[in-house]
Amino acid sequence: MSRIERLAQTLQEVLGDKALEVLLDRGEVTLRVSVADYPLVAQLLRDHPELAFEQLIDLSGLDYSTYGNRPWPGHRYAVAVHLLSLQHNVRLRVKVFAEDDEFPLIPSVIEVWPSVDWYEREAFDLFGILFDGHPDLRRILTDYGFVGHPLRKDFPVSGHVEMRYDPHLRRVIYQPVTIEPRVNAPRIVREAHYGDVDHG
Amino acid sequence: MAEIRNYTINFGPQHPSAHGVLRLILELDGEVVARADPHIGLLHRGTEKLAETRTWVQSVPYMDRLDYVSMMCNEHAYCMAIERLLGIEVPIRAQYIRVMFDEITRILNHLLNIGTHALDIGAMTMVLYTFREREDLMDAYEAVSGARMHAAYYRPGGVYRDLPDQMPKYQVSKVKDEKRVRELNRNREGSLLDFLEDFTERFPKYLDDYHELLTDNRIWKQRTVGIGVVSPEQALAWGFTGPMLRGSGVAWDLRKKQPYEVYDQLEFDIPVGTNGDCYDRYLVRMEEMRQSNRIIKQCIDWLRKNPGPVITDNHKVAPPPRARMKEGMEELIHHFKLMTEGIHVPPGEVYAAVEHPKGEFGVYAVSDGANKPYRVKLRAPGFAHLSAMDRMARGHLVADVVAIIGTMDIVFGEIDR
Repeated sequence: MSRIERLAQTLQEVLGDKALEVLLDRGEVTLRVSVADYPLVAQLLRDHPELAFEQLIDLSGLDYSTYGNRPWPGHRYAVAVHLLSLQHNVRLRVKVFAEDDEFPLIPSVIEVWPSVDWYEREAFDLFGILFDGHPDLRRILTDYGFVGHPLRKDFPVSGHVEMRYDPHLRRVIYQPVTIEPRVNAPRIVREAHYGDVDHG
Repeated sequence: MAEIRNYTINFGPQHPSAHGVLRLILELDGEVVARADPHIGLLHRGTEKLAETRTWVQSVPYMDRLDYVSMMCNEHAYCMAIERLLGIEVPIRAQYIRVMFDEITRILNHLLNIGTHALDIGAMTMVLYTFREREDLMDAYEAVSGARMHAAYYRPGGVYRDLPDQMPKYQVSKVKDEKRVRELNRNREGSLLDFLEDFTERFPKYLDDYHELLTDNRIWKQRTVGIGVVSPEQALAWGFTGPMLRGSGVAWDLRKKQPYEVYDQLEFDIPVGTNGDCYDRYLVRMEEMRQSNRIIKQCIDWLRKNPGPVITDNHKVAPPPRARMKEGMEELIHHFKLMTEGIHVPPGEVYAAVEHPKGEFGVYAVSDGANKPYRVKLRAPGFAHLSAMDRMARGHLVADVVAIIGTMDIVFGEIDR
């Protein structure tokens, strides 16, 4: 049994029905948990001796609203956390879907892994996902006073406003963008197995 | 009695030792840092958003511009993510070329780090020496890709082209006479591999020189020993990777623990620190350069003996050679489809990480089966390191903040993305 199969089995045993799904794909394990179980699962993942994910490597926000160029049936926002266990030399991806699309709220795991601090701020800034319990949820990458969440799929690449110096007012002002949206290569989802590498 | 209040100063965004556009708000109690609040995002270019609007291959040059002192390592993680999503193999020669250039990049990065770190805390000479050696390695970049920094050399499925048989040469000009040019071109007469071999012979001597300049230097030690001490437990909790983690005594290196490409067939050692201060991290970086030099030597030997393809022959991923395209209908169609529509990547998600000179650089790519990524998340090592700035700088003097920024090896291209 390979290392990731063993990890998947341990996850099932330790978490029981808290693990909504354990997926093995391309040599990686993805664990899906519900929002309610997420803080408890995080604690278990770090402290259980057979799991021992002592390091949180990355946290990424996700917006599934246009996945596959189709309307997405499930919840729109999710968070994918990448964990690393140095002791067992395995990685794990934990996925949590926020239950309310209008007000995506996910508990913060800053008590478990302090390194998640800026990652949660980033996901809040770029996706508008709120982290319950985060002590300092400010914007991090965008400008002071920025409006909107740029990595949401309904946010245009050119943005809504642009900045320029106004010689009459003698200060920098914001105005609506003047850039025309442009698509060089359209986004296409072909039928299944269209461009498969093992097809002739 | 007079009321004493903390004093708040703005460090940056235009400060020479902030290593880019870092705005650091320091709350000072006398000369001691009471709180440090880094404001980042001044170099935010929306790379992740842009990648969603371009085909998979079109985003490769954006990766160079993330950490702009270790360009090819960024490309490496991105290409590895695409290859894992597609499930394709990279030809063995391309793997050796990638490893060789990863290590060249590591030396490039550490040379810049040590040079500028020393410059920041008062040793002017170092940067002049390290930039001299960087020049040779930049020339290797140029020979192989045509660009000195933003190479776009790694492609999904391999590398863009094989190593060149000749090096670019200096030419006689107003400032360089014939004698000087002959001297400069002495090690450029052969192929790129000859040039690099000559470099690997010279480099250990240079490293000894650096050690002589810094390692026992009293001022350097006063500025770095015992500054920014991080315990192994803290390093893990704060998400440190790379030399920042190894400086604290945790022997963790993806090249050994989760080997990718051909790292498991090469011989090298992983240096580990003991005290977790700035000085130990400096020593770790110095030793890493020596080990990189060893890896480059082994790669040169292998590459000399084993010619072969450098990019996959799967034309759903990489375009066919131009010569065959002129005659074959199939090849022409493949080229046209690849250039206009791009690769179709099957749905799924992967996280591919490499041991970047600064730490773990990861790419989390989500595909929905389209010709463009659905989501690309770039995990930059510097982001996690800088987030611990407050915890590391508290209780230190203002001058030590500069030493801590230097030891974190901060580059804003990757932190702000």
